[in-house]
Amino acid sequence: MEITVTVNGRTRTRDVEPRLLLVHLLRDELRLTGTHWGCDTSNCGACAVWLDGVPVKSCTVLAVMADGHEIRTVEGLEGPHGLDQIQISFVQCHGLQCGFCTPGMLMTARWLLDRVPDPTDEQIREAISGQTCRCTGYENIVRAIRHAAAAERDAAERGAR
Amino acid sequence: MTLVDPRRDPAAAAPVPNGFGPMLRKEDGRFVRGRGRFVDDIDLPGMLHGAVLRSPYAHARIVSIDTGGALAHPKVRAVITGADLERRGMAWLPTLSHDVAAVLATDKVRYQGQEIAFVVAEDRYSARDALALIDVEYEPLAPVVDARRALDPDAPLVRDEVPGRADNHVFDWEAGDAAATDAAFAAAEHVSTCDLLYPRVHPAPLETCGIVAALDPVTDRLVVHCTTQAPHAHRTLYATLTGIPEHRIRIVAPDIGGGFGNKVALYPGYLCAVYAATITGAPVKWTEDRSENLMSTSFARDYHMHGEIAATKDGRITGLRVRVLADHGAFNGTSQPSKFPAGFFHIFTGSYAIQAAHCRVTGVYTNKAPGGVAYACSFRITEASYLVERMVDVLAFDLGLDPAQVRRKNLLRPEQFPYRCATGWVYDSGDYPRALEQALEMAEYAELRAEQAQRRAEYERTGEGALLGIGLSTFTEAVGAGPKKQMDIGGLGMADAAELSVHPDGTAELRLSCMSQGQGHETTFAQIIAHELGISPYAVNVVQGDTDRTPFGLGTYGSRSTPVSGAAAATAARRVRERAKLVAAAMLEISPADLEWEAGRWQVRGDPAAGASLAEIARAAHGSLELPDDLEGQLSGRCVYNPPNLTFPFGAYVCVVEVDPGTGQVRVRRFVAVDDCGVRINPTVVEGQIHGGLADGIGMALMEVLAFDTDGNHLGASFMDYLLPTALECPSWELGQTVTPSPHHPLGAKGIGESATVGAPAAVVNAVLDAIGVRHADMPLTPAQVWSAMRGRPLRTDLAVR
Repeated sequence: MEITVTVNGRTRTRDVEPRLLLVHLLRDELRLTGTHWGCDTSNCGACAVWLDGVPVKSCTVLAVMADGHEIRTVEGLEGPHGLDQIQISFVQCHGLQCGFCTPGMLMTARWLLDRVPDPTDEQIREAISGQTCRCTGYENIVRAIRHAAAAERDAAERGAR
Repeated sequence: MTLVDPRRDPAAAAPVPNGFGPMLRKEDGRFVRGRGRFVDDIDLPGMLHGAVLRSPYAHARIVSIDTGGALAHPKVRAVITGADLERRGMAWLPTLSHDVAAVLATDKVRYQGQEIAFVVAEDRYSARDALALIDVEYEPLAPVVDARRALDPDAPLVRDEVPGRADNHVFDWEAGDAAATDAAFAAAEHVSTCDLLYPRVHPAPLETCGIVAALDPVTDRLVVHCTTQAPHAHRTLYATLTGIPEHRIRIVAPDIGGGFGNKVALYPGYLCAVYAATITGAPVKWTEDRSENLMSTSFARDYHMHGEIAATKDGRITGLRVRVLADHGAFNGTSQPSKFPAGFFHIFTGSYAIQAAHCRVTGVYTNKAPGGVAYACSFRITEASYLVERMVDVLAFDLGLDPAQVRRKNLLRPEQFPYRCATGWVYDSGDYPRALEQALEMAEYAELRAEQAQRRAEYERTGEGALLGIGLSTFTEAVGAGPKKQMDIGGLGMADAAELSVHPDGTAELRLSCMSQGQGHETTFAQIIAHELGISPYAVNVVQGDTDRTPFGLGTYGSRSTPVSGAAAATAARRVRERAKLVAAAMLEISPADLEWEAGRWQVRGDPAAGASLAEIARAAHGSLELPDDLEGQLSGRCVYNPPNLTFPFGAYVCVVEVDPGTGQVRVRRFVAVDDCGVRINPTVVEGQIHGGLADGIGMALMEVLAFDTDGNHLGASFMDYLLPTALECPSWELGQTVTPSPHHPLGAKGIGESATVGAPAAVVNAVLDAIGVRHADMPLTPAQVWSAMRGRPLRTDLAVR
């Protein structure tokens, strides 16, 4: 069936099988391979993207469920003036090693910071607890999210002055 | 100097040392943009998709396979069975451990999840659909599930295809002096014994294994993109298995989403994809799903150990003896040095001065997946370290001594290095007491013991409140395999090569045989060259993972990148530096003996203003300068590094847990890790490696297990069943360090990739058992296991309760 999905601000129309998973629409049909697939069972979160502004695990969403909706993926984080602060902070805090969980972690972290600009470590850990990282032991992911929050608060204060 | 925009390249905009020191990673820019290139991201024109039909039974004879239904599927291009492969002599592949393993089952299936057929279709989903259209008739057989029953006279035979084979015995192997150890035990004041299971676990990298195989019709070459930690070794294996000579095979490992040993072996799915590419003429992709990964690819551990420790009454260890039953699954498919059937397990005396030690290891076949050496285990040192660290705590428990005191009494002293242990390993360097004291100080050990006593008294008075446990682990690693005279993988000596070329403008390209799976080679190895040549790491392009572009070597596993390839890179750079000296002498018309090296340039001794920078020398070496007859033009160097010995990283860990006695729930409150990996090239990367290993330790100690029911059904075949630690199970790690350089490594570095995975599980287990006052219970210490252990009935964790 034909579906129209807005992905990272761009409208895309595709004729898809009703059973096609959103992660495969993104990866195989739209060639947005930044969204990864890791487990099939919604446990690892490597496939996390935003559906209408809310993180979802795209391995457990049918592409047809995204018809008429907005998707944001890791490819949509970088803006015309450069990387999003959360991307910068992941680099600055060594928040990634193999890079496979990173896109999903970034999407969840961005979502958290948009709602909770000054999260506690507990809030950060809770927010990413539906996602698995096998490399970092989470320490530097938590640190990166805290770092991004501080940088954005600093920037906001500078802007207010 | 170009200006770097921190919003576009935050790593390059941060401080960059011309050598060792904290530095942000060069590779991160692509990963945070979602522009990494992993195997499943590759999409070639006309590419087909493979899917594997797997056995639902642990043990069954195959009566018939009917592929007609699948072949009739409109999008299916081919269906491959064992019979097809048999005609090409490819139905069985030699393993790296003197055995063979089925590629696609022909006679019977030997574990649940074993490969039976391979479907090739036009898209992913159709390939999967067609699996359901294959009819296989099975005749179920009784399986061997419990390794402890595998050698029973009436046990079903796993490998009855081998003529004359009458049992499930794989090997017997021993190390150490049995007679001396028996004598030490006969004379001992005290002996403690304990049975310990290190259960079957799985490395479970977040990216599963996969391949894109293609035959280039123009060059007639096989091009394989694959998740491999060892591209060159794979090329040799493919050549052996397919008959295609090595020069017509190109293996490319693109970005790899974690390996941990899972991506060393060559799996049946890979060979099927290669075969499918040859018969269809199209590129074929195969990416396993998570269940396939957990059920069929290299598991880890599965060591059933019986430990005995002899000591004086005041806790001085006089002997250590261990018998191991090793469950190798249906095929002996461990990826380890071929002369070491139990890996490096015989380093089980660990960090202690134990004069008499002996181990005997018996490997058995069972109806489970093959594998056995994976999950950052340093070739079974994880099992050995767990054994000795647990036995030391059991000894302390039995003698009523403080585990820290027992360790202090028995740790090797710095003046004993280099130290030859009872089974013959020569430890290069170490200062174990210093690491232990530092860890105890960071943890505030005395205060913790006081709090523990207070909490226990409170619990005994009121029946309420969490119990506190403190667990220690003072482990020794052995990495950087290895001297190729003793160590080979499938007949290939474990040496690795590095090639360094300096371009005319003074920037450089380093080509490596090892392959990162997230360790950050592009940064660390650039820093090694920067350190040796006095240039920026950003002036060094690191090439890895492509057999067409890199020199031969055995790859990255067993924490061997820095110890072996790092030494090769440093040596190659030093050869470049020496060659640059001769070029500089010709440029300056001076004797090389009058030149000295200083921060990236050769300059005249006593006249530092006169000299030439590496860039100037490189330009001259590529230019028209008249060079001495024996000096080639250009500027390059290479090295094949054959390590003289292993390196021996070590550490002292303190884990602090709280246990809810009502539910058995464990919370890891603190984890103090003091690691010594010799010289640290990039401390930030080193700490990241440690963090990841510590999380593994918590996972294995508390959550992870591949258990089986009595029919051989795999009970951990998804992440809903095989539990991995999340951010909520992990505390904020507290790291400390000591630096004891390796005396034989050119950089003094020892390697760090697996230390924490080796050392952490024992610390966590020791802490939990310390909290509940139980002598021993096997991993994983789930709430059910802790609760049962507190009631004197610890569970057997590797088998399902019926």
